[in-house]
Amino acid sequence: MSDPAHTGTGGHAPPPAAKDDWRRQYWKKNLRLMVVLLAIWFLVSFGCGILFIEQLNTIVILGFPLGLWFAQQGSIITFVVLILVYALRMDWIDREFGVAEAPEEAGQAAGGER
Amino acid sequence: MDQVRLWTYVFVILTFGIYITIAWRSRVKETKEFYVASRGVNPVANGAAVAADWMSAASFIGMAGMVAFLGSDGSVYLMGWTGGYVLLALLLAPYLRKWGKFTVPEFVGDRYSDLVRVVAAVCAMVISFTYVVGQMTGGGVVFSRFLGLSAEWAVIATGIVIFFYSVLGGMKGITYTQVAQYTVLIVAYLIPAVAVAQRMTNIPIPQISYGSILSELDALRLELGLDRFTEAFVGRDGGQLDVLLVTASLMLGTAGLPHVIIRFYTTRTVRGARFSAFWALLFIALLYLTAPAVGAFTNLNLLQGAKGSTEADLPAWIAPWSEAGYVTVNAPDGIIESVSNAADSGADLIVSNDILVLASPEIGGMPAPIIGLMAAGGMAAALSTAAGLLLVIASAASHDIYFRMVTKEKAPEKQQMLVGRIAMACALVVAIFAGLNPPAFVAQVVAFAFGLAASTFFPILILGIFWKRANGTGAAAGMLTGLVFTGGYMLYTLEVFGLSANEHILGVSPEGIGAIGAVVNFAVTIVVSKLTRPPRPEIQEMVESIRYPAQQAPSAERAAEGAASEGAASEGSAER
Repeated sequence: MSDPAHTGTGGHAPPPAAKDDWRRQYWKKNLRLMVVLLAIWFLVSFGCGILFIEQLNTIVILGFPLGLWFAQQGSIITFVVLILVYALRMDWIDREFGVAEAPEEAGQAAGGER
Repeated sequence: MDQVRLWTYVFVILTFGIYITIAWRSRVKETKEFYVASRGVNPVANGAAVAADWMSAASFIGMAGMVAFLGSDGSVYLMGWTGGYVLLALLLAPYLRKWGKFTVPEFVGDRYSDLVRVVAAVCAMVISFTYVVGQMTGGGVVFSRFLGLSAEWAVIATGIVIFFYSVLGGMKGITYTQVAQYTVLIVAYLIPAVAVAQRMTNIPIPQISYGSILSELDALRLELGLDRFTEAFVGRDGGQLDVLLVTASLMLGTAGLPHVIIRFYTTRTVRGARFSAFWALLFIALLYLTAPAVGAFTNLNLLQGAKGSTEADLPAWIAPWSEAGYVTVNAPDGIIESVSNAADSGADLIVSNDILVLASPEIGGMPAPIIGLMAAGGMAAALSTAAGLLLVIASAASHDIYFRMVTKEKAPEKQQMLVGRIAMACALVVAIFAGLNPPAFVAQVVAFAFGLAASTFFPILILGIFWKRANGTGAAAGMLTGLVFTGGYMLYTLEVFGLSANEHILGVSPEGIGAIGAVVNFAVTIVVSKLTRPPRPEIQEMVESIRYPAQQAPSAERAAEGAASEGAASEGSAER
């Protein structure tokens, strides 16, 4: 997919008035966030914990060879942080596009739509 | 030991009383309560419930020991069983929650076709069933070890407790008992871990302090015929490629396991589903970050005690375990010179993985009550996972097959509830029988559960959400090829159902094949979908709609960002 619009953060450049345009932008922001977080996910677990573990193991901190630390501790800590960042950031994007759920009505929202 | 038994009874009876009270208070009358707890579960509570659901008897009892003996390569389980949550949180949970029905087969059935629904329902039942048998026997192990009950009565007692709260309370009862069970199991895990760390390093934070013993542990392990703890790719036969594939399979399998996914249907909002995933992994990480530390500490303590000693002067905590058959001493010249966890290794001292955690209170010098708490924690882990799995089996049978396929959605509410409860009870009875006479293949078959979840559910769920063009023919073809490919390789390499085990091809172990199966499934689904007709417009519209948590609010509520969405804001009605 190409990446023509950089209007995301500023929001001043008025986009074409196509009614589904906000949907495309919302989805694109969501996907971009996902790709960045998944890249970190891959790098830390498969990268540091498996592919480059032997090289990293030559560095020792507090008794931990660094590769082993990533494989047994660092990757898991990163996973937790990644999910938190995703949840917080999506909150922000939802509000920006006005698709955040109102707490009371959300219960029916799911049942109501088909 | 009598002190220990007394305290174990106290804790087990106390915690069971709590679970049953919670279950009675959250008994249900409607299908929405029975299957998804009325979608009213708070994200933190749901996170704790996911964590308890996820961490089985094997995670609680066996994982630290497994990691201890595998050394560095034990990380396949640590990363594999946590990394999947990132996929779940980013790629599945919010969208499945938005779509908001009752089961996983229901999503793929509505998204693709009735054929896919049936295949998915059968896969969900098979996966969950192989898993639940392990929980029944796991619960039995704890009962028989700590309470001296016979294994049969132990399994039956486990079954009765689960019956009470799952049939009565459905998802709602299960959820709130799981929250209590998580609390019990994590407290039981962390207290001895902190005590052991304090005793061995004077730093009471096991996750940090186990670094300081690693070089000592490495040296001792070499002397006793084990590989170094810190050396990568020596614990498993397949080397780096196999470690990579097993980790990937466990991650994809985790994200595709139905009993975990359905927990995300229970939150009130999409936002709640996202935050549940965070809380869930945080709660899981508390145990998973501690497990390698417990493994390393207890492993060191064991090896220090064993090296060069005779059977008579082994550390005192080993004796009761050796009576229970978890430790075997077999030193021809009387002095222990090698240690292993494998029964067929011929080492002088053979130790079961399970005792490293169960004995950690004794190693840490904790009093009897803590040992009793440990037993209650092991029970909590077994019960919570079993209940979640039974709900998947019951809902696949009663909701997906009976309600959606047999009665074509015409059964009245009362009848649906009755069928749901009966299905739950039947699933439990079968699980108890299987737990009493565990089929010989069960230990092997857990690998199936993850491999099958990774190669059947994960790809079609992802494509179903992110690719509107994916259609029913493609998904059915993808699922079936994934299933046949992965299942076939497992049957080829494992000694199950009377088949003999063959050589691993390219060093890929049966646990790692799921990742390749998932790739095959993706490829087949995409190609076949491309070659056949696109899904109906209303299905594509449904896929579109699950991408947005709510309908767009009127522009007044949106601040300066209005410009981008001006057009859409004015037409609330045009929003399909």
